[in-house]
Amino acid sequence: MNAAIEFRAVARVFGDVRAVDDVSFAIEPGEFFAMLGPSGSGKTTCLRLIAGFDAPSSGQVLLDGDDVTYVPPYDRNVNTVFQDYALFPHMTVLENVAYGPRVRGVGAEARTRQAREMLELVQLAALGERRPAQLSGGQRQRVALARALINHPKVLLLDEPLGALDLKLREEMQIELKSLQKKLGITFVYVTHDQGEALSMADRVAVFNRGRIEQLAAPRELYSRPATAFVARFVGSANVADATLAAKLAGADSRPFAIRAENIQVHAESGGAPPDSVCAPGSVLAVQFHGAASRWQVQLDAGGVWSALVSEDETRRLNGLGVGARVKLCWPRAAAVSLSSGGAV
Amino acid sequence: MRTVSTFFWRRPYWYLALLLVPPLLWFGTVYLGSLLALLWQSFYRIDDFTAQVVREPTLATYKQLVTQPANIDIVVRTATMAIAVTIACALIALPIATYMARYASGRVKAFFYVGVMLPMWTSYLVKVYAWRQLLAKEGIIAWCFDKLGMSGLLEAALATPGIGGPSLSSSYLGMFLVFVYMWLPFMILPMAAALERVPASLLQASADLGARPAQTFRNVVLPLAVPGIAAGSVFTFSLTLGDYIIPSVVGAPGYFIGMMVYVQQGTAGNIPLAAAFSVVPIVLIFVYLSIAKRFGAFDAL
Repeated sequence: MNAAIEFRAVARVFGDVRAVDDVSFAIEPGEFFAMLGPSGSGKTTCLRLIAGFDAPSSGQVLLDGDDVTYVPPYDRNVNTVFQDYALFPHMTVLENVAYGPRVRGVGAEARTRQAREMLELVQLAALGERRPAQLSGGQRQRVALARALINHPKVLLLDEPLGALDLKLREEMQIELKSLQKKLGITFVYVTHDQGEALSMADRVAVFNRGRIEQLAAPRELYSRPATAFVARFVGSANVADATLAAKLAGADSRPFAIRAENIQVHAESGGAPPDSVCAPGSVLAVQFHGAASRWQVQLDAGGVWSALVSEDETRRLNGLGVGARVKLCWPRAAAVSLSSGGAV
Repeated sequence: MRTVSTFFWRRPYWYLALLLVPPLLWFGTVYLGSLLALLWQSFYRIDDFTAQVVREPTLATYKQLVTQPANIDIVVRTATMAIAVTIACALIALPIATYMARYASGRVKAFFYVGVMLPMWTSYLVKVYAWRQLLAKEGIIAWCFDKLGMSGLLEAALATPGIGGPSLSSSYLGMFLVFVYMWLPFMILPMAAALERVPASLLQASADLGARPAQTFRNVVLPLAVPGIAAGSVFTFSLTLGDYIIPSVVGAPGYFIGMMVYVQQGTAGNIPLAAAFSVVPIVLIFVYLSIAKRFGAFDAL
């Protein structure tokens, strides 16, 4: 079985900027694939290369085994949900959704029926006669989805589709998108800079940084075993010890490692340490209350600011310690994830 | 100073009034007032024997305007020219405006905008007289046709009844060329402004859904450019309707509305007829706008 999408050594260069730098990967049919990274990391450029809005400077893009590197967007069986939705303002909702069949020569009656079915699918059947300007953000998002799905694409590309929605609506849409993808069995390629979104929805996540993929793995793997310092910081908001710091904390031959904030305990500097753990002294910079837990920012004596996630019970136990207090951060040896040296942040 | 600011800050209507009253007075009295006075003149008539204006409301002047074949000829001739010029300007402006709005960037874009506006900074009369030289029988355009061995083509165009004449500079064809040249910027600029507001993602969405470039142009670009085309065409249409210099310097001897207004209020001294003639473009533009509105030209606004 062919991969739904395959990149073979793809690069896209703008002037002297390598927006996509020698990227290769394959997306399986029916997979929910997320491309995660900060802005400017190359994820959106990759999406544009799949859609056909742009062509790579070198390398090959394959859709279902066919080389489409230089095939124009209107000849690719791929559809896109745009970040700004890109709904046609001069058409009604129904006309927007029926646009794909219309330009492919489907008759007026048939395409209207198809469009109504799609609107039903996204629960907007009642709003067909409205103009996009008369809809809320969430409704526009659904229209964009219906319009992209009406052509029955093999692959649906979503470019930060939930970025403009408020938190509650975003969470609802995440669940809805995921179940829609399961139901339709279409390959989804989902671009986002929100690691929570990528982790909760995707089957696999490619983490982009500076035009390259730092790590491509399933969400749990990515979170528990980040390969590089960048992934550790970006995906897990983990504390990273680079080579120098690692040597100071865990011995001269220690490799760089990462520890997530929830695996770190805060103790009074004079107190005892739990068994089989490593401790580092420092001073408290800030304590931020987050509800179930508080985030303690600590300036390590060995260098660097680390954060520890401390439960409310623990915080009560540390009563009296606050900003400026001397503490030590301790973590179980086993919780440290060693990182490859590559992928500087 | 602070007391004055506070006074206006707490009374925003006073502030608005201060801002708006002077321009409204100017606009109301000088502009609308004189326009109404002009229109009012068209309901007077001139006494044929004494050549004096009879100041009693009457429709006699309008009757004269719409019943004399010569006058109707003038209106039809001017309106036909205005429509032809508008269509030609729209056809020429669309690719230029599309390039300016969609493809050009940085210096190239600035170059195009300056290039479009530059001719407007030159004296209007200089340009009209320059065109008369260019279009003359021995002018550079005829010379070019001759050198390219295409004199036959030019002669055939000039032999066409209705638009032809002894030379380009004394034909309606030549007048048409000058009009198109003169008013083209007024079409390009609003059209480019309309196209600039069309996000690139709309064009990508159209291609993404399977539309070939020609379909995207017809279904997305053109409908969204229509408000710009409508605005530009109001300029080219009304400017052609009202102009009296180009028809008197270039082209065949037939009268145009603007020339008629000029002649009637000057040498002939028939102010009521001049006023009635100047109402014609206003009516035509209203007709044009209501047709454009019916076709949905302003729906996207």
